[in-house]
Amino acid sequence: MIVPLIKGLQITLKHLFKKPITLMYPEEKPDVAPNFRGLHALKVSHNKAKCVACYLCPTVCPAKCITVEAGEDANHDKYAAKYEIDMLRCIFCGYCVEACPVDALGMTQTFELANYKRSDFVFTKERLLEKK
Amino acid sequence: MAQKETMTLNMGPQHPSTHGVLRLVIELDGEIIDKITPHIGYLHRGIEKLSEHRTYHQALPLTDRMDYLAPMSNNLGYVLAVEKLLGIEVPERAKTVRVITAELTRLKSHLVWLACHALDIGAMTVFLYCFREREKVMSIYEKLSGARMTSNYYRVGGLSADVYAGFEKDVQEIIDTFPDFFDVYEGLLTKNTIWLQRTIGNGVISAEDAIDAGITGPALRGSGVDWDLRRDNPYSGYEKYGFKVPVGEKGDTFDRYKVRLVELREAVNIISQALKDLKPGPVLADLPQVCYPPKENVYNSIEGLIHHFKIASEGFAVPEGEVYQSVEAPKGELGYYLVSDGGNKPYRMRVRPPSFVNLSAIERMAKGSMIADLVAIIGTLDIVLGEIDR
Repeated sequence: MIVPLIKGLQITLKHLFKKPITLMYPEEKPDVAPNFRGLHALKVSHNKAKCVACYLCPTVCPAKCITVEAGEDANHDKYAAKYEIDMLRCIFCGYCVEACPVDALGMTQTFELANYKRSDFVFTKERLLEKK
Repeated sequence: MAQKETMTLNMGPQHPSTHGVLRLVIELDGEIIDKITPHIGYLHRGIEKLSEHRTYHQALPLTDRMDYLAPMSNNLGYVLAVEKLLGIEVPERAKTVRVITAELTRLKSHLVWLACHALDIGAMTVFLYCFREREKVMSIYEKLSGARMTSNYYRVGGLSADVYAGFEKDVQEIIDTFPDFFDVYEGLLTKNTIWLQRTIGNGVISAEDAIDAGITGPALRGSGVDWDLRRDNPYSGYEKYGFKVPVGEKGDTFDRYKVRLVELREAVNIISQALKDLKPGPVLADLPQVCYPPKENVYNSIEGLIHHFKIASEGFAVPEGEVYQSVEAPKGELGYYLVSDGGNKPYRMRVRPPSFVNLSAIERMAKGSMIADLVAIIGTLDIVLGEIDR
């Protein structure tokens, strides 16, 4: 009866001398995988967003959290005049990235998305542009 | 003669050991349980109804939000059901990776079960150790699919992406190290007097009662019924792997504990067989009607681009008919019943969640036992409320 208890204590005592695995978040940050599905980023090429406003991402989005409005620029090219993602509705499934036909959208390793106001969770195009 | 009076006690929905927002209304005769009525629905999100308004592709992320402790099993059941209805075959490599990831899910789910079950009964150490090991499975998930819990890794026709470089090494590390961890848990629990006294003879359910209640999974096998869908109705290439199906004798909490621990070891065994079986090859079926074309075609050819637009905007049509596909999820038989009217959205999706059916047997298990033992019974049922309420 007492032997199994002592064996159990042996196991826990052995663990006492092992290196702790605790991550001291937020001082220490976890290693996030490169393909992590975090905050979205609009990719930039030649100093402008690559997005051509084809509307595939709002179409395929299961949560319907993406709003795109197309516009025409000085070269008569179609571009996204408005591009908003409502992070309160987003389920981070990555379908928008998978659907993008011009590789204009990606997902970053940013996972800390807490904020104070509901309006702060609606990410406009300026906030989504990738930081270089 | 004194009149027998019972007391009604509310347990939950915020009780720490109800494993989610479950409310149990208990009729007590002193300390003895007379009647239990589970009140469910606090986590209802209407997943079955929502899927009727989403294409087959879009309904997939809903499924991994049901049993959030075992997302890959939920995805697997769904994609297999759709594939069965479409009558398509997925590539061998995709099948093998599905088996590996589904068994990793079993490890993950059973580790949470063991952790919470032991914590409920009072063994805090096991809880911390199990969550340490679970993190290793989670990090594989993250590298594989980009998310720790809502994996959404499978696609109808295969996988969303091939495994990352170093996947085999990570999985091999799990195969090599996990059996030792299981020995640690067993060393802490299996012969521990307190554990034995809390679990032996607790929550007994006979094989007949278990079948009558529709219990599946480890809870059924704990009662001595030799039934495992992976062996008896194989899917996704499970027939290629040899594994032991553990069964209990008495149908008490201790038997179910032993069954699940053997299942953990057998899951590692299946993973090691499947890893040897992993051959290079495509991971998505070459079916233009159903699957996305490869990205190089989309970027470089107009045909590929048109094809991509067609699949992304419309999805794919599924022939008229109905299908039932079940998988052996960590908690029991998880079944998807799909009805298609020939369109790109399911006409009806019905899920047979194992936790929901297993919970219905709680009164048979707990009647006549002490109120303090109910906590152990909830733990041994291994329920997830996300799946019960859907």
